Amino acid sequence: MTKIQHSAGRFLTRLLTHSMLLCLLLACGLGIGSAASAAPGEPQAQAEEEPRALLEALDTRSFEDKGDAAQAIAESAAEQKTRWLQALLDGRLGKERRGERFYIITDDSGREWPIIDAITFEDAGTGTRRTVEAFKINNDLRTRIEGLLASLSLNAGDEASRLSAAQRLVGEVTAGNADRVRGMRDDEESDAVRDQLDVALALYDVQQGDIEALGTLRGNLDTRVRNTLSSIAAGDSELAAEAQSVLGGIESKRAWYDRAQTLFFGLSAGSILVLAAIGLAITFGVMGVINMAHGELIMIGAYTTWMIQQALPGQPGLALALAIPGGFLVAGAFGVLIERTVIRFLKGRPLETLLATFGLSLILQQLVRSVFSPLNRRVTSPDWLQGAWQINEALSLTLNRLAVLLFCLAVFAGLWALMRYTRLGLEVRAVTQNRAMARAMGVRATRVDMLTFGLGAGVAGLAGVALSQLTNVGPNLGQSYIVDSFLVVVFGGVGNLWGTLVAGMSLGVINQVLQPWVGAVLAKIIVLVGVILFIQKRPQGIFAPKGRTS
Amino acid sequence: MTTIPLRKWIAGSGLALALTGFGHAAMAQDEGPIRVGILHSLSGTMAISESTLKDEMLMLIDKQNEAGGLLGRQLEPVVMDPASDWSLYAEQARDMLTGDDHVDVIFGNWTSASRKAVLPVVEELNGLLFYPVQYEGEESSENIFYTGAAPNQQAIPAVDYLMSQGVERWALLGTDYVYPRTTNKILEAYLKANGVADDDIMINYTPFGFSDWQSIVSQVKDFGSQGKKTAVVSTINGDANVPFYNELANQGISAGDIPVVAFSVGEQELTGIDTAPLVGHMAAWNYFMSVDSDANYDFIDDWVAYTGNDEAVTNDPMEAHYIGFNMWTQAVEKAGTTDVDAVKDSIIGVTVPNLSGGASTMMPNHHITKPVMIGEIQDDGQFSVVWQTPTTVAGDAWSDYLPGSKNLISDWRAPLRCGKLDVESMTCEDGPGAE
Repeated sequence: MTKIQHSAGRFLTRLLTHSMLLCLLLACGLGIGSAASAAPGEPQAQAEEEPRALLEALDTRSFEDKGDAAQAIAESAAEQKTRWLQALLDGRLGKERRGERFYIITDDSGREWPIIDAITFEDAGTGTRRTVEAFKINNDLRTRIEGLLASLSLNAGDEASRLSAAQRLVGEVTAGNADRVRGMRDDEESDAVRDQLDVALALYDVQQGDIEALGTLRGNLDTRVRNTLSSIAAGDSELAAEAQSVLGGIESKRAWYDRAQTLFFGLSAGSILVLAAIGLAITFGVMGVINMAHGELIMIGAYTTWMIQQALPGQPGLALALAIPGGFLVAGAFGVLIERTVIRFLKGRPLETLLATFGLSLILQQLVRSVFSPLNRRVTSPDWLQGAWQINEALSLTLNRLAVLLFCLAVFAGLWALMRYTRLGLEVRAVTQNRAMARAMGVRATRVDMLTFGLGAGVAGLAGVALSQLTNVGPNLGQSYIVDSFLVVVFGGVGNLWGTLVAGMSLGVINQVLQPWVGAVLAKIIVLVGVILFIQKRPQGIFAPKGRTS
Repeated sequence: MTTIPLRKWIAGSGLALALTGFGHAAMAQDEGPIRVGILHSLSGTMAISESTLKDEMLMLIDKQNEAGGLLGRQLEPVVMDPASDWSLYAEQARDMLTGDDHVDVIFGNWTSASRKAVLPVVEELNGLLFYPVQYEGEESSENIFYTGAAPNQQAIPAVDYLMSQGVERWALLGTDYVYPRTTNKILEAYLKANGVADDDIMINYTPFGFSDWQSIVSQVKDFGSQGKKTAVVSTINGDANVPFYNELANQGISAGDIPVVAFSVGEQELTGIDTAPLVGHMAAWNYFMSVDSDANYDFIDDWVAYTGNDEAVTNDPMEAHYIGFNMWTQAVEKAGTTDVDAVKDSIIGVTVPNLSGGASTMMPNHHITKPVMIGEIQDDGQFSVVWQTPTTVAGDAWSDYLPGSKNLISDWRAPLRCGKLDVESMTCEDGPGAE
C-alpha cells in the first residue's frame, strides 16, 4: 500500500513540477512579449520527460490512473511507446518486484519467462512470477489502450488498422475532434475507410440537428447508428420524424437479415441432424435393422479425427482432411465387423437386434473409456474454420457451421449418386424392394447386406468427423444423437434419402425458430410432440416409399 | 404389562448408548492411525474436476505426516470412488462411517446433488464432511462444513462489480439444475431490488452437455446491442462451457462488448480451451492460481512437485480443501481428540491462513470467511485479478434476498444449536436446538 502511495505521490509531484515548468516558460514568454517562443515549450517539456517516468506512472493499482498513464505514453514522444502499449495490452509489461527496473516479458508460457529491459530492449535473462510483477489491466483499460493504439495507427497504419480505427469512431465524434476527423476524411485514400468516416461524421451531424446528414445513414446496419437514431426519433421535431422514417427502414432491413440468420442457424442445426441420421437411413431404412450402436459409430469417427490430429501435431487442417476418409474407413470397418458377427445372425428378429445393438453400444462406450479416458478429448479447429464470415453488420455466418452445412450437402450428394448410378446402389435398391426376387436374379444378398451396413456405418463416421468441430469429443458423444437420428428417419419416411434430408433440415429450422421463444429444452419437447402427432396422421413419414415393400 | 418392558427397554438402550460412548472414547485414545476419508469421483463425468482434489488431499496428508502427524499419530487416507453416481456417494459415505475401521473425517463431494445425497447419512451416523465447492446455499447441516463459497461470497459481489463497471442489462445463462436455478433466483431478486427493470434481465437454461449454442449466443448479442452496457452471468456447468466459449469467439463477441462472468469456470476448465479470443471474460472465485502471495507460490511449487507435471494448475476448490484440512487439524489439536462432537465444537472460530495472503475463520453457521475476487481470463489460460473485496466476507447459509429465507440464520454453537433459525419469531426449524 505504501509503495503505491509513494509512486502515485511521485507521479503527482512530477506532474506538478512539469506543469509549473510549463507555466514558468509561458510566463517568461509573455513577459518577453513574444508569444511565439512559448509554443515550442510544450513538446519540448514532454520530450525531456524521461521514459522511466512514463513507465513509473503505470505502477499504480487504480485502473483509471493506469489509463491516464497509458494516455500520457501515447501522447509522449518516446520511441518505444507502441511496443510498450502493445506489451501492456498483452499483460507482458512489468516491473521488478524488489527493484526499479521495467521489463517486457517476451514469452509468458511456462513458469520461467525470458524477459528484456523495457527501456533499452536489451536481454535481461529470465524472470518468474516471484520476481516480475506484470501490470494488470481490466476490460475498460483494455478498450482504452486498443483505442490509443488504433489512433496511433490511424495516421500511419495500413488500411485494415485504419478501417478498424474508423469503425471505432462511430458515435465517438465530438465537437473537440470533429474538425480533425473531417480533415482525415478528406485525406483518406481508401473508399471503405472514407465511407466509415462519413457515417461517423453524419451521425455527429444528425446529433447536432443536421437533417441532411440523415441521408447518409439510411439503411445503415450499425447498432450504434440505430441506438442513436432511436433516441433522436423519440423527440417531436421535423428531425425526429425524419429520423423515425430512416429508423423504420433500418429496422425492417435488420428484420430480414435476422430471418436469414435464423434460417442459417436452422439449416446448420439441420445439417448435423441429417449427417447423424443419413447413415441410419441406410441401415434402418433400407435394411430394416434397428441399430442402437449407430451413435457409437459417430463417436468412433470423432475419435478417429482426434487420433489423426494427435499423429500430426501442429497441422489441424491436414489432419481434418485426412480424417474424412479415415473416419469413414474406421467406422465402416467397425460396421462390417458388427454385421458379420452379430446382425446377420439376427436377421428378421427386430427386437433381438435392438437389444443386441444396444448392448454393443454400451460395450463400445466402455471400450473408449478404458482405452482412452473417460475425459473429453480436445479436437482443435484449423484457423480457416474459426471465426465468422461477416456479410454485413447484421448478418454473419460462423465458418465452422457453414463448413459442416456444405459437408453435409456433399455427403448427401455423394450418397445419392452412389445409390442412383452405381451397381452397388442398384443391388441395394433391388434387395430393398424384393429380397427374394433380387436373389433369384443373381444378386448376392448377404454381400449386399454387409456392404450396405458398412456404408451406413462409414457415413456415421463422417458425421463424427464433422461433429468433432462443433462439440465435445467424449465417450457419451453418440448417445446425444441416437434419438434425434431415429426421429429424423421416421419423420422423413423410412428408406428414403430425400426424406431424411428434408426432415432433418425442417426439424433443424423449426427447432431454431422456436428456441429463442421457449428455450432449448421446451423447443425440443415441442418438436418431439409435433413429430409424434405427424406420424399419427401419416405413419409412412413425409416421403412414402414408392412401390410395394413386401 | 406394557410399562415394564418399556422401562426395561429404555434402561437397556441407555446402557447401550453409554457403552457406545465409552467405546468411542476408547477408540479416540487408540494409538492407531487417524483415518481421513476422501470421497471424490475418480471416474464418470465429474472425474475431470474431482480427481484433482483427491490428489491434493493425498498431498496434504503426506505433508502432515512428514511434519509428525496429528496428536502424535499418523494420518491414513481412505480413498473411495463414487463414479459420479449420486446414490453411490451416500452408500460409500455409509461404508466409511460404519464398521471397525471407520474414518474420523470425510473430505469430498462436488455437485450439489451428491452433497444432498450424503447429507442424511453423515447426520444419521454423526460424521464430519468438508465440502469444498461453491454452492447455492439454502442449506445448513450440523455435520457439514462448507469451505466453498455461498452465493453472497461469489454471485452477489460479482454482480456488484459489474454494476460498478456500468452494466445495466443482464443475461443470466445457466445449466438446468438446482445450483444455477437457485443462484439465478437470488440474483434476479437482487437485481430487481437494485432497480433493474424486468426487460433488462434475460434468463435462459440449457441441458447438461448442451452444444448447439448458436441461436442463444446470437440472442445474447442482440440483447446486448440495444445501447445499454450488457453482461452475461454464466452458471453454465461442465463440458457445455467449451462449445459455449467457442461460439462466443466465433460470433466475435469480445469481453469489451459483452463480458461474461462465470461462476463454474476455473483454471482447470480452461485447460481445454484456446483462451486467446476469450481474454477479458471474467470469473468470480475466492482464489485464483495467479494470486500474488508467497503462501500461494509455495503451494503451487508443492503441487507441481507432487504431481510431477510442470503445467499442473491449482484452483478454487483446491484452496477450499487446503483451508478445510488445516482447520480440521487445528480443531483436532485444540480438542485433543478426533471425536466428532468435540471437533465440531472446537472448530468454530478456528482461523487459518488462506492462499491469498489473508486468513479464513470458521463461522458458527459452518461456513468460512473468504475474500471475493474477480479475475479476467488471460491468453495463457490464467486469470488476472482485477477486483477484490477489501476484507473477507462471511458465508451466509440462507440468502437475504429470497423472501423464503431472508429471516433465517444458522448457528451451531451451544445454546442455540440450530441450522434454520427464524430471527423474527425466534423459532428453530432444524437441528437439536429445535427441541
